[in-house]
Amino acid sequence: MGERLLLRGNEVIAEAAIRAGCQCYFAYPITPQAELLEHLAHHMPRLGRTFVQAESEIAAVSMVFGAAGAGVRAMTSSSSPGISLKQEGISYLAGAHLPAVIVNVVRGGPGLGNIAPSQCDYFQATKGGGHGDYRLIVLGPSTVPEAGELTMLAFDLADQYRIPVMILADGLLGQMMEPVELPDPVDPESLPAKDWATTGAAGRDPNIVLSFDMDPNDLKRANLELQAKYRTITENEVRYEEMDTEDADIVIAAYGTIARISKSVVRMARKEGIKVGLFRPITLWPFPYEPLKALSEKAKTVLTVEMSAGQMWEDVRLAVAERAETPFYGEMGGIVPTPRAILSEVKKHVR
Amino acid sequence: MERSVIIAGFGGQGVILAGKILAQAGMNHGLEVTWMPSYGPEMRGGTANCTIVLSDEPVGSPIVDEATGLIAMNIPSLDKFESSVSEGGTIVVNRSLIERKVDRSDVTARYVNINDIARDEVGNPRAINMVALGAYVKATGSVPLDVVMETMAQAMRESGKDKFIDMNSAALEAGYNAA
Repeated sequence: MGERLLLRGNEVIAEAAIRAGCQCYFAYPITPQAELLEHLAHHMPRLGRTFVQAESEIAAVSMVFGAAGAGVRAMTSSSSPGISLKQEGISYLAGAHLPAVIVNVVRGGPGLGNIAPSQCDYFQATKGGGHGDYRLIVLGPSTVPEAGELTMLAFDLADQYRIPVMILADGLLGQMMEPVELPDPVDPESLPAKDWATTGAAGRDPNIVLSFDMDPNDLKRANLELQAKYRTITENEVRYEEMDTEDADIVIAAYGTIARISKSVVRMARKEGIKVGLFRPITLWPFPYEPLKALSEKAKTVLTVEMSAGQMWEDVRLAVAERAETPFYGEMGGIVPTPRAILSEVKKHVR
Repeated sequence: MERSVIIAGFGGQGVILAGKILAQAGMNHGLEVTWMPSYGPEMRGGTANCTIVLSDEPVGSPIVDEATGLIAMNIPSLDKFESSVSEGGTIVVNRSLIERKVDRSDVTARYVNINDIARDEVGNPRAINMVALGAYVKATGSVPLDVVMETMAQAMRESGKDKFIDMNSAALEAGYNAA
């Protein structure tokens, strides 16, 4: 850790990728994540690493497939419409058990939408935006420093489980600046060898990396392997944060930018004597169902707040079931709810 | 204690840079800070604004319902954000471009001829953002002037613009003295 620097979320994700030993970055520009690409365009070539501004999003994610298959740490990034274009490649990465990091700095949708902050890609990220029975590990940073920490973690988890990992940020987190102490760089030599990678078959049998099997029984086995891996991840990698939940009657369930805004809401509500807490999933997949279920035994209300029509809300309701009320407050189209707007929703549920 | 300020003006008036320097100065002064820009089409020729939160605790929301401060560089900015200032807050009004008074009696208004000071006292019309920032830190005491000056100088050195340090220092001081 070094000095405190004032940096944008996009810059911190890019710099964390460098420090995580990302050797190859491929992307096509789009607002509001352009600074991420710019940072890597500036720094990667100077470090002797690979930066390619691809001719399209699909080309970029396919280049990630190639680099990851060759055993190096690789990343792509985009924003919502660009991430939609990458879905074919993401499914291929998942099917081929390839470690890779994909950053989505989400903007308003659907369609071309706009460039304002949104959380409307939660379904796409956590439920499988591409085809097939696959999952991504999905990490939802809430602050600029955490965006850096989770980017470092994303590369480690990707390698450990041979799985694509998505950083699900939003335009506000990408654009805002906050003090950050950048993590120490990883020594690429210290990383475990990838004996499955296509590194040249000299002196050994060829390795094959693909997501294709014409034999139904073999493809079934391949799917079972994926599912077994997803169960292991679900058991080991659930991450979340709780704030003031101990005696809370009302728990706000929120991730990312909305979770940090909700921290202000919790403080405001507590000053008024309202017992409010915050439950913040950090892994959006695997979703922290069990901890939230436990909270819902005590709380009367679990209020989900999102910049969407209610996407994570479905997972919250799966966790809470009938144990507590599960209202929802959301804003769409790039509107960011203010602390006071969320507080007034909270007050509707005070009994 | 938490302070927040919206800095708003035309694209090209330097409000984004002024906000960055204030946030950086706050950080250098040991505060927790966030800097949030308006981004998008308004950045290109229309109005631009950014919100800075300065706090002695970790900052929750980087967006605020009401800011404790506003620097209004032009009429549309005052019209848009005057009602977004909290009771007892401070508004720095660029009197060179804004003829009207602040409509509210529950805030402190500081009227500063920002463009005139930049042109006549500093000798550079582009120094308006630093004149405004100097006026704001005087009016609110949020970050000491010398910390802002050193932060500005550091930012200029890092971007290879050392030659603007003296001019910007003079602008910060002139704004400080005028508020």
